[in-house]
Amino acid sequence: MLEIRDIFKTYDNKLLLRGISFSVSKGETICLLGASGSGKSTLLRMIAGLEFPESGQILFNQIDLAQTPPHARDFGLVFQDYGLFPHLNIFDNVAFGLKMRNIPAEKINARVAEMMDLVNLQGFEKRKVTDLSGGEQQRVALARALAPQPRLLMFDEPLGALDKSLKEDLLNQIRIILHKTKIPAIYVTHDQDEAFTITDRILLLHGGEIIRDGAPENVWANPNSVHAARMLGIGNVIEGEVARLMDESGRMKVKTSVGIFEVSCKHTHKKNEKISLLVQQFPSPFRRGARGEVSDEIKLKVEDVLFKQDQFQVKTRGGLVIHLKDAPKIGQIIRVKVKVECLS
Amino acid sequence: MQVNSLNHGDTETLRKKILRAFVSPWLPRVSLWLAPILFLLSFFFLPLSKILILAFNTSALTKTNSQLILSTLGFTFYQATLSTILTFILGIPSAILFSRFNFRGKSLLRALTAVPFMLPTVVVASSFNAIFNQHGLFSFLFPSFILHPSSFILILSAHIFYNTTIVIRIVGNALTRLDPKLEAAARSLGADTFRVWKNIILPLLRPSLLAAALLVFMFDFTSFGVILLLGGSNFSTLEVEIYLRVLKLPNLPLAALLSIVQLIFTLIFSILYTRTINQITTQTAPRFSLANKPKTIKEKFFVATFCLLLSAFFLLPLLSLPLRSLTRLEADRGQRGEVQYGFTTAYYIELLINRRGSLFYVTPIQAARNSLGYASLTVLLSLALGYPAAYALAKPTRLEKFLDPLIMLPLGSSAVMLGLGFIISFGRSLASPWFVPLAHTLVALPFVIRTLQPALASIPERLRQAASTLGASPFRVWQTVDFPIVSRATLSAATFAFTVSLGEFGATLLLTRPEYPTIPIAIQRFLSQPGGLSFGQAMAMATLLMILTTLAILAIEKLRLPNSGEF
Repeated sequence: MLEIRDIFKTYDNKLLLRGISFSVSKGETICLLGASGSGKSTLLRMIAGLEFPESGQILFNQIDLAQTPPHARDFGLVFQDYGLFPHLNIFDNVAFGLKMRNIPAEKINARVAEMMDLVNLQGFEKRKVTDLSGGEQQRVALARALAPQPRLLMFDEPLGALDKSLKEDLLNQIRIILHKTKIPAIYVTHDQDEAFTITDRILLLHGGEIIRDGAPENVWANPNSVHAARMLGIGNVIEGEVARLMDESGRMKVKTSVGIFEVSCKHTHKKNEKISLLVQQFPSPFRRGARGEVSDEIKLKVEDVLFKQDQFQVKTRGGLVIHLKDAPKIGQIIRVKVKVECLS
Repeated sequence: MQVNSLNHGDTETLRKKILRAFVSPWLPRVSLWLAPILFLLSFFFLPLSKILILAFNTSALTKTNSQLILSTLGFTFYQATLSTILTFILGIPSAILFSRFNFRGKSLLRALTAVPFMLPTVVVASSFNAIFNQHGLFSFLFPSFILHPSSFILILSAHIFYNTTIVIRIVGNALTRLDPKLEAAARSLGADTFRVWKNIILPLLRPSLLAAALLVFMFDFTSFGVILLLGGSNFSTLEVEIYLRVLKLPNLPLAALLSIVQLIFTLIFSILYTRTINQITTQTAPRFSLANKPKTIKEKFFVATFCLLLSAFFLLPLLSLPLRSLTRLEADRGQRGEVQYGFTTAYYIELLINRRGSLFYVTPIQAARNSLGYASLTVLLSLALGYPAAYALAKPTRLEKFLDPLIMLPLGSSAVMLGLGFIISFGRSLASPWFVPLAHTLVALPFVIRTLQPALASIPERLRQAASTLGASPFRVWQTVDFPIVSRATLSAATFAFTVSLGEFGATLLLTRPEYPTIPIAIQRFLSQPGGLSFGQAMAMATLLMILTTLAILAIEKLRLPNSGEF
């Protein structure tokens, strides 16, 4: 339905987006994951028609939207700090989009009531925006965006300002609503937990490009690049030097600060070339972690121990960080099983 | 009364209690307040009470008087309303221009629109005279031009000239503070530009629009110098009428009554203004500026037109004044036959000469000397009174918070009224040259306190504590911590007081003795005299005053705490 073709955009004389292309199909929720300042919000604003790309096209149902002003695009937008109209009450906020479409009053009343049901805010119609909590405000914002039945919904870090428990609640509500309404959605965030919960498809935005596009489980299993692994915080990314090429298929021995590993790389590398390796602890201490076979066992010297939630985060010489159930002593040598992959 | 009923032992402890209560925490505070409060009591509240007593005298409340008051009030309202509407017609598009668009020279143009607000009324009036007066450039260049603006139009233009910056500031700031997300949300919900303005922006700007309107109206309502100098006594607003009833057609009870009427209205406006200002909620500051380069042809046309219009409107008077002061346009006194048009420095040279040899005529250079003397006295007095008050207000106790609006009260009353109060309280015969700097101090004091107080409050106690734990003696603490911050603020406050005194017109006009005129009074005298030479000299003096004031404004800007907004 929505198709983004080769978008370029400069901001403050710097190239912010360099050739972004992707599409969103019917009923699909995609998630743009990227650090702050990576241009994800700008991309949303361009899709909404509030900003313009230097080059590239934005199409909806094969129609180029370049000449369509924002108010005629029929795309809903939900912001991090809600963007509710402070001078209007809850009812008038939710009804705003309907009024702009000159819908008769009784239909507006019915639709607003329906929306208030959907976001569990029955009876809030006459309240002031400022009387609501952050989570309630965001639900109003969601209802407001949904009320005119937009062709596409866009979320710009919608839960960024909320605390953790509220976040999870609202995230689930959004997920259920998106499933129910079948409205295609773009969800922008820098929080991977949100991204993995909400979406069918994750797009990693880095350096103005989409460096990974795929289902959450595939992205996690194969980050495919240093940036992706770093962004997702998967394992440890360490530098190594190719010590010996073993065969034509890309198997090689790589020397690193924590030992020599045998890996297979997709790209060809020369001897003595510096490459990056992804070193993941195995079995993973996390829900989503390394899969597959164990490749190596390494010895590490403990440098620092931190208590994190229900386990100990252990920093070791060479810069590897691992997680253990029991606290080791500083200076102690520990044995850890790891899975090592080639990232470059 | 209660003390009488107590026995000796109790009085002993009571005395101790009183001593402890007053001496320890109170005495230093009281000593801080003593001078400023005494000053305000004797030179503001006493005159005010005298005006009140005189106004409610039976001789004031006659039928003819009330008819005069009503008609004067009517005209004052009429001209203020008209001025406010016209100011908004120019101000609102300008506010949009500055808050929504980026273009080359934007900050310069913005600064230009703010210049008149700081200029003395005589300078602004002289500037408009320099163009439109019968001796003005306009009359010379287009002698047969049909649309010679009437005095009334000149007065209105001068009011617009003065107050447009208020609209640009208040409404423009509100526009830039407006969360751009609201507009984005409205657009994405299907609102076109017109509906975004009608349903979102205008309702959210309402308090700011109202506040700006009230402030502009208040300034137009109490405008004095501009009306007197551009319109003469034909346009009798409340202020002009008070002046007339003091100096020209003496009737002090009527003048008192007029100023009470005026005071009541300014009080009402101030209360309304404070209320609306409190309604202006500070919205979350937008992360990015809404201002963009104009893109569409419509936008470009709008930006170009308004840049041109604003530059012309604000530059023309400001440039015409110095231009006219250096141009001979008509025959001077005693000059026969062919008139030599063109460049001349004669008006400036004439400033130094007492050509008439008259005893009552004071040379302009003497007026300048008077002005500088008065201004220096004002600086000293207002700093001496303002410092302790600002120091106390930097960390006010609950009681002192009540004193704050009291100290600001003279700002709300008009200068003419201050002069009237002095005359009633101290008698015209008593009007020694000292009363002018006293009146100037009254006007300057609120500015001085408002400048010093934030600087004094900005010094964190922790800095002083840190300095003293590091071994600095109290003097060294003051020298190393307080002084660097306070010295800038003091200079800035001093410049403020100096500028206020230099340009003050209303009170001075009423209080000054003929032999001690100030620069503005001398300008007014020159303007009211016939002949090209007098007019030229008025232009020359006004130019000098404009240059002096501009330099002072620049100094104040330079001296402003670089990060005063952060504290």
